[in-house]
Amino acid sequence: MNTLFGKAKEEARVISPKSVDEYPEAPITLGTTLVNFTGDWRTFMPVIDESKCVKCYICWKFCPEPAIYIKEDGFVAIDYDYCKGCGICANECPTKAITMVREEK
Amino acid sequence: MEVPEDVKRRLTLPFEENFFAGHTACQGCGASLGLRYVLKAYGRKTILVIPACCSTIIAGPWPYSALNANLFHTAFETTGAVISGIEAALKALGYKVKGEDGIMVVGWAGDGGTADIGLQALSGFLERGHDALYIMYDNEAYMNTGIQRSSSTPYGAWTTNTPGGKRHFLEKRHKKKVIDIVIAHRIPYAATASVAYPEDFLRKLKKAQKIPGPSFIQLFAPCPTGWRAPTDKTIEIARLAVQTAYFPLFEYENGKYKINMPNPKKEPKPIEEFLKLQGRFKYMTKEDIEVLQKWVLEEWERLKKLAEVFG
Repeated sequence: MNTLFGKAKEEARVISPKSVDEYPEAPITLGTTLVNFTGDWRTFMPVIDESKCVKCYICWKFCPEPAIYIKEDGFVAIDYDYCKGCGICANECPTKAITMVREEK
Repeated sequence: MEVPEDVKRRLTLPFEENFFAGHTACQGCGASLGLRYVLKAYGRKTILVIPACCSTIIAGPWPYSALNANLFHTAFETTGAVISGIEAALKALGYKVKGEDGIMVVGWAGDGGTADIGLQALSGFLERGHDALYIMYDNEAYMNTGIQRSSSTPYGAWTTNTPGGKRHFLEKRHKKKVIDIVIAHRIPYAATASVAYPEDFLRKLKKAQKIPGPSFIQLFAPCPTGWRAPTDKTIEIARLAVQTAYFPLFEYENGKYKINMPNPKKEPKPIEEFLKLQGRFKYMTKEDIEVLQKWVLEEWERLKKLAEVFG
C-alpha cells in the first residue's frame, strides 16, 4: 500500500493499559497519532481531477495534516482517513484541479 | 514508499515526513504546518521543547505522539531555560550540538509563551549564548485557552477579552515587536518567516543550524479558529500579511539586516486586503484601519532604513 505513512499506519495500534503495572515508569511515548482517524471531522471533502493536475505539488506542500501523498505515477492522492477537510489544497491549487464536495453518507 | 526519483527532485521541500497525521490541531492550522516544516528541515536528530501552548495538544495526548523526533513538554515560562539546560547537558556528555550533523535543540513556543510569559527565560538564553534555536510561532493571541489577547495581538483585533461593542474596547495597543527585543541582544542570527513561504522558512532553518550561537525565528502562523477566518484561507492570509508589509520577512545576521520580501521592489498592498479575510477585524472603524495602516507603513519604512544603513 503506497500511502503517505504505509507501514507505520498499518502497524499503529490503540494502547489502553488495563492495570497500573502496564503503565511505563516515565511518561514516554508508546505509539503514534496515526491511530487517530481525524477524517470524521470533515464536512467537505477534496476531490482531485487528474486531467487538470499539473503535478506542481503545491497541495502536498501546504497540507497541514499531512494527508496528501504522491503516487507512483506522480499524481497526488488524499488519505481520507486523516484529511480534516480544511480546503487549503483546493484554495491553493493553481489549476483548480481540487474541488471541495459536500460529503454525504 | 515508491515515489519516482524525478518527482522527488522536483519537490521544493525535503520528501521525508516526520510529522504524523492524526494529530488534533484544528482544521487549517498554521502552527501544525510550521511544525511539519521544522521536522522536514532537521529530521529525527531534533530535540523539541514545547511549553504549554496549542502545540502541546498537536504533539499528541499520552501515550501517542505526532512527532517522529524527541519531545520535551515543559512549563509555560521555561522554554528558554530548558533549551539552555538540554544544550549544556548534551555538550557535557560530549555530543555535537548544531552544525551540519549535530543535534538540534529547538524551543517551539507560541506568542504568549514568548512575548509575555517566557520573555525573561528567552532573554537569559540569548544572553548566555547557548547553541540552540528558539522558534516563536506567532498566532497573535492565547489560542489554546480560548483567544485571549497577548502582547503580540495587533491593533483593532477582536479577542475574548477585547470584545469591542459599546461598553468594551477592541485591542488598542500595537503588536509588540519581539524580534527587535531579540536583536537588541546582538545574537548571531534572528529572522522572521511565514508559513506561506516554506522555502524561505526552510532556508532560514538551515542557516540557523549552520551558524553557531543562539538563533531566533519568528514564524507567522495563522489560526483560522481564533482569527474567525475560513479554514481554507490560512495560506492566503499569511501571504497577504507579507505582501501588505504587516509582517515583513527579513533576517538579521551578525549585525546586518537583509529584507527577503518575495517582490522587494513592489509597494506594499493596502492593509484592508489582509483585514477583510478575517472576522476578528470586522469591528474596526475607518479610523482604526487608518491607525493600523499608518503603523504598518512606519514600521516598514523603519525596517527599510535599517536594511539600508546596516545592509
